[in-house]
Amino acid sequence: MAKQYETVIGLEVHVELATKTKIFCSCSTEFGSAPNTHTCPVCTGMPGSLPVLNKQVVEYAAAIGLATNCQITQVCKFDRKNYFYPDNPQNYQISQLYLPIARNGYVEIEVGDMKKNVRIHEMHMEEDAGKLVHDEWDDTSLIDYNRSGVPLVEIVSEPDMRSADEVIAYLEKLRTIIQYLGASDCKLQEGSMRVDVNLSVREAGTEKFGTRTETKNLNSFKAITRAIEHERERQIELLEEGKTVTQDTRRWDDNKETSYAMRSKEDAQDYRYFPEPDLVPIVISDEWIAEIKARQPEFRSGKIERYKKEFDIPQYDAEIITNSRHMADIFEKASSICGKPKKVSNWLMVETMRLLKEHGMEPEEITFSPENLAKLVMLSESGTINSSVAKEVFEKIFENNVDPDKYVEENGLKTVNDEGELQKVLEKVIAENPQAVVDYKGGKEKALGALVGQTMKAMKGKANPGMVNQKLREMLK
Amino acid sequence: MANKISDETIEYVGILAKLELSGQEKEDAKADMEKMLDYIDTLNELDTDGIEPMSHVFPVQNVFREDIVRNGDGREDTLANAPLTKDHCLKVPRTIG
Repeated sequence: MAKQYETVIGLEVHVELATKTKIFCSCSTEFGSAPNTHTCPVCTGMPGSLPVLNKQVVEYAAAIGLATNCQITQVCKFDRKNYFYPDNPQNYQISQLYLPIARNGYVEIEVGDMKKNVRIHEMHMEEDAGKLVHDEWDDTSLIDYNRSGVPLVEIVSEPDMRSADEVIAYLEKLRTIIQYLGASDCKLQEGSMRVDVNLSVREAGTEKFGTRTETKNLNSFKAITRAIEHERERQIELLEEGKTVTQDTRRWDDNKETSYAMRSKEDAQDYRYFPEPDLVPIVISDEWIAEIKARQPEFRSGKIERYKKEFDIPQYDAEIITNSRHMADIFEKASSICGKPKKVSNWLMVETMRLLKEHGMEPEEITFSPENLAKLVMLSESGTINSSVAKEVFEKIFENNVDPDKYVEENGLKTVNDEGELQKVLEKVIAENPQAVVDYKGGKEKALGALVGQTMKAMKGKANPGMVNQKLREMLK
Repeated sequence: MANKISDETIEYVGILAKLELSGQEKEDAKADMEKMLDYIDTLNELDTDGIEPMSHVFPVQNVFREDIVRNGDGREDTLANAPLTKDHCLKVPRTIG
């Protein structure tokens, strides 16, 4: 029988923090600006420049540490990590090795019916490097230092994951927590969340870890899943052939669905870490920790339970709405304005999700206001507009955040409750469709539908279809 | 006495520093590094048992900046120091990738 192998995975996750300025200078962190416009002597490593720590970085990092059950290192400091590469103008990266801001945490993940904790070894603050673009024309590399000095936290897990599903569950959990804190938008495609996968295999039942490799350049959850499966197969194949796995850093190529070795891994001592002399130690007092804790928002699991209890929203719906803090905020605000949480939930679950999918958007990108959604719910509930008009108006709200009261008024979309006018239209429709009338009277229910349709058309969709149906039945008795 | 720096060590340090050293340069670097290690070894003559490692001389802590953008467009100054530029970027010999 073939040997059974177990996959052992630990992750290093880099998250770009949502600060307005860089970690050690007052340059903007705005994404997508013209090359090198957000640079200064500090973030380009000019001799004699002095880094000064952005307080918000410590706040965000500590908040993430607390939310992931870590111990906060109350006296922490920065270290220099020395290496030579053109994206790193100082020839060292300011990072934390000896006293990282947080340690020994965990997050609980759920895969199928199984719950488990993935432990966090440590989390540290550091600066990002510049961006290199390879110029095929000249065979040179072009450097943009706008990203140099953008604040990062690196979250290092223990090797506690055993499958791609567990990895994705862990990443989703981490992402939700960080998004709820407002500490980052965690977009894999844009690089504000970057994942390195450390993976080894071992024969099932053995204790000793195998030799691990690190895979980089994973820009989506799909790429992560594919890379894990590929690397597991590659290592098993080597072992089955009696060869050994080399500890190296590999780069994933998602188009070719394969990886290749970038360099053999440098040891920590090769980086010649030493305490950063330009930055003084950070002391995080009990009071400061208490303040950060007090500011923590209600997290997803808390919201799910509360929505079920308070609003009688089913588990599944609560999970979808709370998957994005932005959507949860819209839900809560709109519900408190109109007092109809179930209706609000319905608009979010059905029409909003449909339109998001149609436009290829994330819930975080919703631009309509909870006020306008609440107004729509009220218009619909009071019978001022019928359900098909409501859908049409919702699309306008979704696209341009229109005020539904105004929009309905300006476009004359109110349901016509004028019985006299409806009566006239009904008489006309009956007179113009003698065949349908005969069919209906002869027992064909379907014919009534055709008459309702004709009436709705003549009323430009503004009649209440239920009422039209009832009136027609009466008139054709 | 200093640890003798082996040929392998000097070769490896050269790789980390991205330097291509000639035979004579390697010998010179070896001699220099050995002198440095000897010098550092004099520190070992001190008894440092029970002394907390110190990273800073001054008793200062928590020096912070508020998160407010104060720097404008620094591109001109940044690129002024670059030997070669293209498309508002610094141009360097091709790196891997």
